[in-house]
Amino acid sequence: MAKMTLAKALNAGLRKAMEEDPKVLLMGEDIGRLGGVFRITDGLQKDFGEDRVIDSPLAESGIVGTAVGLALRGYRPVVEIQFDGFVYPAYDQIVSQVAKMHYRSQGRSPMPIVIRIPFGGGIGAVEHHSESPEAQFAHTPGLKVVACSNPVDAYWMIQQAIAAPDPVIFLEPKRQYHADKAEVDVAATPEPLFTSRLARRGTDLTLLAYGPTVKTALAAAEAAATEGKSVEVIDLRTLSPLDLGPVVESVRRTGRAVVCHEAHVNLGMGAEVAARITEECFYSLEAPVLRVGGFDTPYPPARAEEHFLPDLDRVLDAVDRSLAW
Amino acid sequence: MSELFGPSPSTASPDLVQLLTPEGQRVDHPEYRFAVPDADEADVVRGFYRDMVLTRRIDVEATALQRHGELGIWAQLLGQEAAQVGAGRALRPQDFVFPTYREHGVAWCRGIDPLRLLGLFRGVDQGGWDPKENNFGLYTIVIGAQTLHATGYAMGMQRDGVVGTGDPTRDAAVVAHFGDGASSQGDVNESFVFAASYNAPVVFFCQNNQWAISEPFERQSRIPLYKRAEGFGFPGVRVDGNDVLATYAVMETALQRAREGGGPTLVEAYTYRMGAHTTTDDPTRYRLSDEVETWKLKDPIARVEAYLRRGGLASDDFFSDVEAEAEELGAHLREGCKALPDPDPVALFDNVYAETTAELAAQREGYAAYLASFEGVA
Repeated sequence: MAKMTLAKALNAGLRKAMEEDPKVLLMGEDIGRLGGVFRITDGLQKDFGEDRVIDSPLAESGIVGTAVGLALRGYRPVVEIQFDGFVYPAYDQIVSQVAKMHYRSQGRSPMPIVIRIPFGGGIGAVEHHSESPEAQFAHTPGLKVVACSNPVDAYWMIQQAIAAPDPVIFLEPKRQYHADKAEVDVAATPEPLFTSRLARRGTDLTLLAYGPTVKTALAAAEAAATEGKSVEVIDLRTLSPLDLGPVVESVRRTGRAVVCHEAHVNLGMGAEVAARITEECFYSLEAPVLRVGGFDTPYPPARAEEHFLPDLDRVLDAVDRSLAW
Repeated sequence: MSELFGPSPSTASPDLVQLLTPEGQRVDHPEYRFAVPDADEADVVRGFYRDMVLTRRIDVEATALQRHGELGIWAQLLGQEAAQVGAGRALRPQDFVFPTYREHGVAWCRGIDPLRLLGLFRGVDQGGWDPKENNFGLYTIVIGAQTLHATGYAMGMQRDGVVGTGDPTRDAAVVAHFGDGASSQGDVNESFVFAASYNAPVVFFCQNNQWAISEPFERQSRIPLYKRAEGFGFPGVRVDGNDVLATYAVMETALQRAREGGGPTLVEAYTYRMGAHTTTDDPTRYRLSDEVETWKLKDPIARVEAYLRRGGLASDDFFSDVEAEAEELGAHLREGCKALPDPDPVALFDNVYAETTAELAAQREGYAAYLASFEGVA
């Protein structure tokens, strides 16, 4: 057992994956000598060499496009996009090439590529450094999309994503990188990658979150408990495919659901989750599924981001509205 | 011939590598030589001729199949046979090719049954061959995207230790195909940066066929394309893309340089798209027939035939045999195309992932049940 931050857990997970499979390569901007702007790859180039931890030219399409070629040659590239807002130059390679290669090759050319993206806000950054583009990738057939929320999941999920035979968009809540430490039992047996996780038991309402909002959701459940409201929290973890079995089971019990994410609400993950809950739990619902998220504006200047991001009070407000229905 | 028509514009260019003139005369170049070690040179040239005639037949048949409604669309290569056969025949088995959607002649050289090329254009599949079987990637529609794949693949070869070992059966390189239009794409320029930065064993082979659908080359670049290479830090060379001997010689040199660890080269094959961009295009709307007529005089096949006949290097029988073979190939394509099975509708759910998802499996099952509900309905 070791106490780790989320950043350290990712670092340890990457190290483990590289030790276990010599075909695993890391590539990205500043990930070698510097160890990445968030230090996620700290020390890995020193230990695995420049051929396996590759400082790339500053071109995101180039990073993902060359990863496609490396994958065709039998490698398992793990690429780092430095910030969420910089993934768009690579968008074509991701949605037209990475996502479709296995399909159009009739299964002959698998794409075991992991695209790591630090996502979300709350760090006081300048524009393009705080975005949540998950819905755009979850909307793309051929990609799998996951988001970790805590050090334990980070440690396991990154290894599972690398071992997966399909391309995985791996979203990391950058606000949590260096926030909280948790005990990571590296000898444990992890849950499968594409599963959601019950984070807190409750009976009155089901609160769904992923990535950075899991911490907010748990805090909201704690606060609601002091008022006698029992909120169940599920960490979705996987956004494509969604693992809604446990969610459906939960909502059938509680009759109420609130979905929370930092991304814009319009056509966000919450919209899909709400639609699916409505289809599966129609006769159990006591209230419409509510969504709490970023407003449908561009991400605002940092000094206004606390208003944009769904915080404890806005989540509690939605919980109250659902319970009052 | 040359007295009648005057020197062709391309031959007037001093920086164009040419070893066989449009009139079928062998000429020397200070740097590049058509030399085939341990082989009968005439035999090799006859082989090139056969490749080009059969490649043209694939193109002609496919164009006709589109006109008959058997293909949705076809991307024609008419006029680019020498560029493709020269580049294709310079490859070794261990080299790998990343094509655009027009590399039918390279596919031919790689031993892909041309019938397999038709699936994409008929709409029965999106790539009917295994890239690993012939080291020939799937056609790529998004312009220039494959040049990055080629560079990444070449980076993989470096890591596999198959570059610069000195073993001719082991050392390998990659060819990235693209066109003059693609040279404006970010991906192509990024692939130049990556290849230069890592000294990757990739040859960038640009068939400058002068037209990106309706836009002339001048809209893409104000300098000759091969000169861009210098700015990226590797050599560039312009070859007469209608001269199969020169294209072969230049590609052989560039590939060998890459295999030895010398890094990337940009080869600009200066050629001309005699046909339309695709069968849906109408080039009469944007270019003059004079231009097409001028390029007809530089036909890649006619000059090899002239060379073989004038030198007594091929008999009449040889030419009629190739023609008969082309007839057979045409019949194979016509019959084979119509026999290509339509995809099974339920199979459209297959291979989205290597490990399918419960959601997708449910969609598949649901659609199969929906289709089955029509069975027996009049």
